[in-house]
Amino acid sequence: MPAYAGPAAARTGDIAGTLRLLAYLAFACALIVLDHQGGWLTRARQQAQLLMQPLWAVAGWPGAIVDSISDDAGTRSSLIAENRRLRNEMLVNDARLAKLRAAAADNERMRAMLGVVQRGKLDVQLAPILDIDLDPTRQRVVLDAGSSDGVRVGQVVIDAGGVVGQVIAVTPMHATTLLLTDPDHALPVAVLRNGVRLVAYGTGRSDRLALASIPLSSDVKVGDVVVTSGLGKRFPAGFPVGTISALRPDESRAFLVGDVKPAAQLDRGRDVLLLRRAPERPVIGPVDPALASNATSTMPAAAGTLAPAMPATSVPARVAPVPATSVPATTVPAAPSTQVRARARHARTG
Amino acid sequence: MPVSLVVALLLGLLPLPAPIAPLRPYWLALVVAYWVLEEPERAGLGFAFFIGVIADLSFGNLLGEQALRLTILAFILQRFRARMRFFPLSQQALAIGALLLNDRIVTAVLHLALGEPALPPLAWAAPAIGMVLWPPLFYVLDALRLRAWRHR
Repeated sequence: MPAYAGPAAARTGDIAGTLRLLAYLAFACALIVLDHQGGWLTRARQQAQLLMQPLWAVAGWPGAIVDSISDDAGTRSSLIAENRRLRNEMLVNDARLAKLRAAAADNERMRAMLGVVQRGKLDVQLAPILDIDLDPTRQRVVLDAGSSDGVRVGQVVIDAGGVVGQVIAVTPMHATTLLLTDPDHALPVAVLRNGVRLVAYGTGRSDRLALASIPLSSDVKVGDVVVTSGLGKRFPAGFPVGTISALRPDESRAFLVGDVKPAAQLDRGRDVLLLRRAPERPVIGPVDPALASNATSTMPAAAGTLAPAMPATSVPARVAPVPATSVPATTVPAAPSTQVRARARHARTG
Repeated sequence: MPVSLVVALLLGLLPLPAPIAPLRPYWLALVVAYWVLEEPERAGLGFAFFIGVIADLSFGNLLGEQALRLTILAFILQRFRARMRFFPLSQQALAIGALLLNDRIVTAVLHLALGEPALPPLAWAAPAIGMVLWPPLFYVLDALRLRAWRHR
């Protein structure tokens, strides 16, 4: 009975205890380092995570119950108000849709004239979010759909607003999604107005993304809409990412850094869409032909850097298998470096 | 014992409103601390390590992080167990608060060393909540344990 250990007995017990502590600490450190580096441990981890599924499912119940209660408890007046609002929205959206349909028809005709391959339609799958909190320092979300529903690692997750993130781990019942705002996430983006390509990094806060190394000469303004650029082939091009909310010079005063307010509802929506098949062709680029021609005339060499960056052939957005943890996402070093090169050239010509 | 640990894991996963989410007490540490104090022949360093690995898997953080934290916690508790058992509950709560704060420091250092994202500033207040929760948790677990004994 070690209920009260005397001083003499404690001495030997102390040494044995310390040794055991050191052994366990060493083991824990080894695990941490192995997991941090990401290697064979990721596979073992995925297997072991299977065991956690029932736990996640049970932990998701309270959230689901609260949701269903708040649905059930909607009073008549609030339902009427919501109905009215939705009907109005539908009217407005119908009107918009009619206009868009005309534009889409025009677009198709022009694409046909250009001999461009038809852009594939979006093929999506609705997945509910399992309302549980994971590690608070990470921006992750668990989806209540897994490999048995056809979810794969690397799939892009969007919602009505825009890009939400990507799937980084899948078990038969659940899938873990890395949000755009996770500090480990980087996303190749383009400014919709003029096609300036940038990389948006997660900040760890769900209301902000960071843009780094924006050339001073590039025409980027507060309020610009940022969309995915399709570089890196993980995220298809043209999905809204957010709007630029602030721009300021970085430490070197040679570049700007910017804040982006995400377009998607990253803090607890209820459902998201999983992109089954990405549209086959990037839909944006330097959209403004005047600007593009301007660029080629002032910086002839810059056109060379622009052209290969936009995949001209219709490459099906293939999803490369990635290690589940610490995914550096689609970090595309090409985007900022071309920007840097373009800037350098600009400085030389100007 | 297993039921209390599963409940602690669930409480750790339960969704909280985003503004107060960092204030979530480290339930698992409290429960592990209880068992290390009360049943040292069954709950030792290996127990803490094992629970930590399970927690790592379920919370999706770095494998081994919570194992490390809980092992350190269990070790300190084992050292001071003889003394802690004779503390009044309020003093015990203070000691547990200090342990949880130490645990936060360990986490912060670990994250800093590995370049992981830092803890939100509010998370430093969580040990105080854990401290407040210790006496009621102790009573509840004690009552459950003694009843289980009586039924045996």
